[in-house]
Amino acid sequence: MTCTEFLALLDDLIDDSVTTEMRADLQQHLRGCEHCEVTLSTTRKTIEIYRSNEIYDMPAGVRERLHAAIMARCKKGC
Amino acid sequence: MSTIQPIAGELEPHPDVALVDRVRGGDVSAYDTLVRKYDRQIFRIAQHITQNREDAEDVMQDAFLKAYEKLDQFQGNSKFYTWLVRIAVNESLMRLRKRRTGKMVSIDEDIETDEGSVPRDLADWAPDPEQNYNQSELAEILRKTIQGLPPGFKVVFELRDVQGLSTEDTAEALGLSIPAVKSRLLRARLQLRERLSRYFRKKKAPAEARNEK
Repeated sequence: MTCTEFLALLDDLIDDSVTTEMRADLQQHLRGCEHCEVTLSTTRKTIEIYRSNEIYDMPAGVRERLHAAIMARCKKGC
Repeated sequence: MSTIQPIAGELEPHPDVALVDRVRGGDVSAYDTLVRKYDRQIFRIAQHITQNREDAEDVMQDAFLKAYEKLDQFQGNSKFYTWLVRIAVNESLMRLRKRRTGKMVSIDEDIETDEGSVPRDLADWAPDPEQNYNQSELAEILRKTIQGLPPGFKVVFELRDVQGLSTEDTAEALGLSIPAVKSRLLRARLQLRERLSRYFRKKKAPAEARNEK
């Protein structure tokens, strides 16, 4: 397996949607390729960091204000 | 103890279906539950597209109001949330067009870019690299990094990787094909990875750095 072939399957590997056979091929490639190993681990980390950090937080006051405005309009039938 | 088992092969209805039915039957408080359940996610999608806090607040409000008005048109064959996302994405794009004085902005435009498609920065990252920054520095890095991506990439990444939607639901919410979602997701992940490497790569040991001079 080449690095390009590995990269084409990177998402399937991360999303755990590869067959057992395919996984074995990918893992074999990883054992001999430090670059792909780094690409895989840092891509996984990228997803994990974005998932665990709120980058666009809505302050509680704003949330309540918007919420009240939405519900007031809905109660009037918009 | 006996429990009611769903009939084999019959999918459990999504909990939103019951809420939507209650709203249709005139129970406005059920809509309150739906708004509280999804307002943060809708706000984030609007922020990704409009890049503007005030616009995102307006979009969030308008999207929920529009969904309420059009609830009769909602078909049970799609999920309420994917239907709501579609409304919010359209509202966001409309707002963006207004700001850019009518310039067309779309989510399905395929951006031809090689950035990140071949990983260039192959340095490994420090262990738990985010711990080298405080919470607000980290949030700023993450915002700055994702802001430069095309809108279609950002929203696919947000829906699939941050909010955990399936590829199929993401495709439906954005009106994209499944291959288009997959292609955008791979490119978004690789571009973000490449850009974050600047901040998170392992610092070279002083001796190693000297040898490179």
